[in-house]
Amino acid sequence: MTTTPQAPQQSWRGVAADGLEQDEITAETSARLATRSRRLLGDLLRPYATAIRWLVLIVVIENAARLSIPYLVKVGIDSGIPPIREDDNLDPLLLIVGIVLFATITQAVARNLFLVRSGTIGQDLLFEIRQRVFRHFQRLSPAFHDEYTSGRVISRQTSDVDAIYEMLETGFDGLVTAALTLVGTAALLLFLDVKLGLVALCCGPFLAWLTNWFRKSSAKTYRVTREKVALVIVHFVESMGGIRAVQAFRREPRNQEIFDDVNEQYRVANLAAFRLVAWFMPGIRLIGNVTIAVVLLYGGYLAFHGEVTVGVLAAFLLYLRQFFEPMQEISQFYNTFQSASAALEKLSGVLEEEPGVPEPTDPTPLPHPRGELTFDHVDFEYVAGVPVLPDLDLTVPAGQTLALVGTTGAGKTTLAKLATRFYDPTGGRVLLDGVDLRQLTDETLHRAVVMVTQENYLFTGSIADNIRFGRPGAGIEEVVEAATALGADGFIRELPHGYETEVSNRGGVLSAGQRQLVAFARAFLADPAVLILDEATSSLDVPSERLVQRALKTILAGRTAVIIAHRLSTVEIADRVLVMEHGRIVEDGSPADLVAGGEGRFSDLHRAWIDSLA
Amino acid sequence: MPPASSSLGPTDHSPASVRSLWRLRTYLRPHLAALAIMLGTALGGIALSIGIPLVTKALIDGPITNHEIDGVLPLGLLALGLGILEAVLIFWRRWVQSNAVLSMETQMRHDLYERLQELPMSFHSKWESGQLLSRVTTDLSAIRRFSGFGLLFLIINILQVAVVTIVLLNMYWPLGLVVAFTAAPIVWLSMRFERGYVVLSRRVQDEQGDLATRAEEGAVGIRVIKAFGRSDHMSAGYDRAAQKLRGTSMEKVRLAARFWTFLEVIPNFAVVVVLLLGAIGVGRGALTPGELVAFITLMLSLVWPVASLGVILAMSQEAMTAAARILEIFDTEPDIVDGPGERLAAEGGHLRFEHVDFAFPDEPGRVVLRDVNLDILPGETIALVGATGSGKTILTALVPRLYDVTAGSITLDGVDLRDFTLEKLRSMVATAFEEPTLFSMSARENLILGRAEATDAEISEALAVAQADFALDLPWGLDTRIGEQGMSLSGGQRQRLALARAVLAQPRVLVLDDTLSALDVHTEKLVEEALRRVLAETTGLIVAHRASTVLLADRVALLQDGTITHVGEHRELLATVPAYRELLAADADLEGAAS
Repeated sequence: MTTTPQAPQQSWRGVAADGLEQDEITAETSARLATRSRRLLGDLLRPYATAIRWLVLIVVIENAARLSIPYLVKVGIDSGIPPIREDDNLDPLLLIVGIVLFATITQAVARNLFLVRSGTIGQDLLFEIRQRVFRHFQRLSPAFHDEYTSGRVISRQTSDVDAIYEMLETGFDGLVTAALTLVGTAALLLFLDVKLGLVALCCGPFLAWLTNWFRKSSAKTYRVTREKVALVIVHFVESMGGIRAVQAFRREPRNQEIFDDVNEQYRVANLAAFRLVAWFMPGIRLIGNVTIAVVLLYGGYLAFHGEVTVGVLAAFLLYLRQFFEPMQEISQFYNTFQSASAALEKLSGVLEEEPGVPEPTDPTPLPHPRGELTFDHVDFEYVAGVPVLPDLDLTVPAGQTLALVGTTGAGKTTLAKLATRFYDPTGGRVLLDGVDLRQLTDETLHRAVVMVTQENYLFTGSIADNIRFGRPGAGIEEVVEAATALGADGFIRELPHGYETEVSNRGGVLSAGQRQLVAFARAFLADPAVLILDEATSSLDVPSERLVQRALKTILAGRTAVIIAHRLSTVEIADRVLVMEHGRIVEDGSPADLVAGGEGRFSDLHRAWIDSLA
Repeated sequence: MPPASSSLGPTDHSPASVRSLWRLRTYLRPHLAALAIMLGTALGGIALSIGIPLVTKALIDGPITNHEIDGVLPLGLLALGLGILEAVLIFWRRWVQSNAVLSMETQMRHDLYERLQELPMSFHSKWESGQLLSRVTTDLSAIRRFSGFGLLFLIINILQVAVVTIVLLNMYWPLGLVVAFTAAPIVWLSMRFERGYVVLSRRVQDEQGDLATRAEEGAVGIRVIKAFGRSDHMSAGYDRAAQKLRGTSMEKVRLAARFWTFLEVIPNFAVVVVLLLGAIGVGRGALTPGELVAFITLMLSLVWPVASLGVILAMSQEAMTAAARILEIFDTEPDIVDGPGERLAAEGGHLRFEHVDFAFPDEPGRVVLRDVNLDILPGETIALVGATGSGKTILTALVPRLYDVTAGSITLDGVDLRDFTLEKLRSMVATAFEEPTLFSMSARENLILGRAEATDAEISEALAVAQADFALDLPWGLDTRIGEQGMSLSGGQRQRLALARAVLAQPRVLVLDDTLSALDVHTEKLVEEALRRVLAETTGLIVAHRASTVLLADRVALLQDGTITHVGEHRELLATVPAYRELLAADADLEGAAS
């Protein structure tokens, strides 16, 4: 029952790279992972060393008080009752009951203190982890993000952090209490009566074996269940998200087939997990009940011979009950613990990732950037041995509008990414006003150099907030001014709440063109010395593009600009055109000169473009 | 046990919710035998868990007190037998339960998915897929937990509490009363706690959701954030949200701490009282020592059923809400359904819009399309041009009946679209959307969406038309998984695949909703050349933003404010209609070159 049934053939899913490498975790790797997460955990816990010591003290007091109660019951029965029988003397009993009351109150206070204290530490830790991870992701280079993909960045910060949250919330207290109960009870049983205690503790190996078996098998089924539920969720979300295509192409029956398949797989996986519990829970109960019966038999025998008192026997039975209860809790806790430690491994991996473009230790200030951009013998390769830009030399004087033209893969976007320091060059230097970009802080660099791409991402919040993203301190007048300069003021005012209209990425309040205008207004408000436009207008329809085209003249005045465009309409306003091919500059000149030449690639492109308009 | 049963009254839940849960009973019907076994074994288990302490009592009071060694063995073996039997019953119950509840859940999920696929776009545009997802996951689990666990233990715990209390009252009534009075506050407390806890948990969930949104923005918008150097600004916002979540979580921690403390303390206080009164009782001969031990054991065995009663009641409420949420979907009737014309066959592909009006069902006042008239002859291709928001996309969505017209009619070869079966209609009409939907499946599976029986040769041909041959060069060819969970493709590649998919369907009417917007000039040109061949035999409706796309069409229809104002040839409209020129001429200076 530990082997999961072979999944049915899933040809529809296709093949992907991630599936092949997952299971291949060697012992060495897992040891390294464990060390890494221990290091993170130690680092996180260090500030709480004193608090944790107090916590340990509190929890020991609490458990001592809790465990003392059955013992006191025994004392009550053995020493409290005889005086009442003999001369109706209540004093010894009252004394013991008083002590029980005291123990109860101590336990209550200590327990509450423990839960609140440990909860506080847990939440502080969680806050710290969240903060660190978010900041760290923000620090990592776009190159990292390209490879890591946003989906994984998001799941690190949601499901992984949630797994740790889950453990802190449900499991932590349970584990500590269970462990202390086990140890404390065992000690007390031996203390009460060595012989009887030893007999009772004979159940230990059986318990250990059963728990260990369950732990191992449930780790497996748990993983399978997670995988299967992910399949259900992905298929469900995608087919509902793409319901338009599903219905338009009569995909429903096939989808139902696939869904039934994953749904069934999920059921089978769940069934395996449930059955595991169906073995484990009664198994624990069986061991417990057998132990109780044996204690009863042997204890009865000892009591008959006067070797133990009735009180001891009573206390024994109470303790045994306490002994077996946490075992069930441990089993439920285990999955939570498993996923939390997996999450910690992944998080520690991310946190140890070094930023690809590190901040300078001794930055050069650049209070008034002019905007002169120089590529000094720049080499760049994404993959070692495959140069994308071999030995690029280029100076863009302050105030010049430069257009980059060339086929896909010619290296235009790479050049833009080097200028904004999304990457550092493999060889050579990129300089702004004569200063190596690696000498500038992110803050300084991006006050001077801003890039607008086709990917006009808008954040949750109002339109004004989104424009203000260019300069967070800006007042509403400045926001309006920026929007007006771009000709976006008109449509913004027509929206239900004007500048305060909420934009969201899903609910398309704005058309693609309008979003791009907002993105331009954002860049305009940032007022950078160098503005880089990477295919910024290619997704616009003609009227919006015309609007942006007009606005560009305003925006580009008095600053350096690098424009990358497929469509030549954007190039018209440039002072200078570079035609690139395979990472090299093959033509360089003013657009008029290049067209007039009539021979080169630019003039071919220009002619083709004019034809396409007809 | 009066307190427990009184808190079960219907006043706590709205009758509608109880009815919601009751309406789902059909799903339990195939599992009635299993339910009976579960109830039976659970009851047996309870009887045994009461029985074992009673045997202990008999052992202490009988053989031990009376020094009769002969009695120890049989009673001890009896305890052993009962103990083993209890474990067996628990196993049986859980085994049967796993099968039954999981089958039930799977069946419900199947039915929900089936219904959701039938429901029209007007339903889906109102519901985010996340909301639907929580119904097939969270809500179904809530119902599963209730039917496999909650319902059972609701009955059993009440019985157990009642029986044990009677046994205790029988044994020594003053102590029985103490226990009865302790149980009441626990049930009340745990119910109150569970409700407060649910409220706080929802808030925590909301705030976690907010944080997740911020994490998502930090990841998806990273290039914009980097481009503006705004990492600190984003981090500060994230910190504020995380701080807020921390506050709410602490509230939750404090509430839970209070609850668990009380839960442990109340029975301990009962032990204090029972010990005091019990010991006095034993001292004065009203109670045997064995009875006192059994008493305390039984009393402690009540803590869990009593405390869980509150939790179970809260769980039932949750299940009722979940049931109501699920019924919301089951109760929505699909309003775009098959027409009567089973065997209607259209030929030629003559598409005709006659006085078509359209408004979204939830906004009947806002007319999106009004009095649209358009006649597309068999084999003809019409380009649809209009400003953003003029209603182009919705017009194209009316053809495969993703939405139905509000007034007027659309006919294909003289037959009203509503008279075809959906299957028939949608096999005749194929659409390539602007936002291409790719599923996390193999490239092949994505391509054959509209025609499952397509051969490899046909696929290659469609790929060639769409200039999407790259699909053959993916690491595992057409078997490579694409979409969110697979190979990531560029916007242009995605659009070309969507186009290939539509072409592969070999439709009578091909609808292209601005399908070429993300292609570069060079590829666009190649696609257009190939498309021209396909469109020569197919009736086409193309949404176009650029002059180059318009040239694929025989005629152009200009859509302004929801109605078609001009139909004619490109050059003719360019020359005579200023609004058209405004939309399609790339640059004022270039108008000369274009015309």
